[in-house]
Amino acid sequence: MKDLLRPLYSAGYRVDLFLRVILRLHHVAKRRMFLLDQLYVGGIKVLHVVLLVGVSIGMVVSLQTGIELSRIGQQNSIGTLVALSMTREMGPFITAIVLAAATGSSLAAELGTMSVSEELDALEVLSIDRTSFLVVPRVVALAILCPVLTILCDAVGIVGGGFVARSQLGVELSLYYDTVLEALQTPAELIPLPKDVYCGLLKSFVFGIVISIISCAAGILARGGALAVGAATRSAVRDSIILVIILNYFMTWFFYRQ
Amino acid sequence: MTSDEVVIQYENVCKSFGTKVVLKDLSLSVKRGETLVIMGPSGIGKSVTLRHAVGLLQPTSGRVTVEGHDMATIEEDDLIELRKRMGYLFQDGALINWLTVGENIALPLRENTDLTESEIKDRVAEKLALVQMDGTQDLMPPELSGGMRKRVGLARALVTDPEIVFFDEPNTGLDPEISMSVNHLIRDLSERLPITSIVITHLVSCVMVVADRVVLIDQGRVFAEGTADEFIHSKNERLTRFLAKPYD
Repeated sequence: MKDLLRPLYSAGYRVDLFLRVILRLHHVAKRRMFLLDQLYVGGIKVLHVVLLVGVSIGMVVSLQTGIELSRIGQQNSIGTLVALSMTREMGPFITAIVLAAATGSSLAAELGTMSVSEELDALEVLSIDRTSFLVVPRVVALAILCPVLTILCDAVGIVGGGFVARSQLGVELSLYYDTVLEALQTPAELIPLPKDVYCGLLKSFVFGIVISIISCAAGILARGGALAVGAATRSAVRDSIILVIILNYFMTWFFYRQ
Repeated sequence: MTSDEVVIQYENVCKSFGTKVVLKDLSLSVKRGETLVIMGPSGIGKSVTLRHAVGLLQPTSGRVTVEGHDMATIEEDDLIELRKRMGYLFQDGALINWLTVGENIALPLRENTDLTESEIKDRVAEKLALVQMDGTQDLMPPELSGGMRKRVGLARALVTDPEIVFFDEPNTGLDPEISMSVNHLIRDLSERLPITSIVITHLVSCVMVVADRVVLIDQGRVFAEGTADEFIHSKNERLTRFLAKPYD
């Protein structure tokens, strides 16, 4: 029975933690040094991974779709497909997966270790609000990082796609970039950004919050010893990826439904 | 400086973790200004007892009150205010690993007081000197030995000049000289200030120096209670065995 209730408790705790973070967002200024530290740890240190994966995905998308398009003589449209794939789906999704695996696991392990070594209890006894002290800077950092890294991922993916289009499919770079820009012309209603870019960044923003909340909650709930830290890390990455995939569908449906 | 006012009270406290019963009908009280030492075999629930008094654990049944507040039902704001007047030395120090020694000790002051940075620095230096760790402000916790971590934890527990202090094995990992100086520090504090404290220890040397009163917890309840002298000179077989004295 306890095992059946645990996921429910865990889900409830994540919602509660999210609401507590919202209520403490004004503490960000006070925690700016921790925030900068988290931006560095969570962003700069995984930047090369995001760029490498992004450029590879852009090249694969370009190659796979280019081969099929060239069969019907439409290889000149490859820029459109790469641009839309990267900005709408691949950029936000790949960035979220990399952040869940690299930064989310690190958050869960860090807070899990603090939990099993009584550091979280020490904060509580010292009357220090651990949500404000530990969670707010991490959530804000990932909410900022995920969209920023997504833009970079989109950009390198499109560049990588262009390289493949030129070298493998014989599409002129100028034509490729013209089709990319043309594909990203649909304006958003409220924000002066192409709709596809804007929707992708909004997804990223949500993914960043989801990953950080799930990872922090998993770490804080870790009880026991090293095994508990391992379990917290595993559940943080697993649950983050599952929720990112599910939310991705619903947000795509919301933005692009007919 | 002990008064008759009861500050901490355990009333018929039972605590279970799953099927494991740790505390069974534990009752004890601590008066203002008193230093109570809790002794008992390893794993018997001494730290669990201490954790109830700061609200880190709730009893399965029974009641723990601190200054009249039931720790199971106390309002969050009241609990925060109450904890600001408490100090707690954890077994392994529980230092925040990514903060320096100085930042660890300054943390409760920075978070909960309006002291200026220079006042905080002075206070941190003063408490570090108290535990013979002068000049270690810039060290990181992983650079410290177990005994040093313990002493930094002690400095952090005392930095707000708390009225109620809990010491969970204050001597573990310390060499005999430092250990004795920590004992005298606890004694001095309770003699100079109206500090109420609970100390968990296995060491008779600690009991002899710090205790106003001693209890032995065994099988989840208070097995014996008395002054340090009464404990040491007791002819009770269980006590004698626990204190590792030869039988008379």
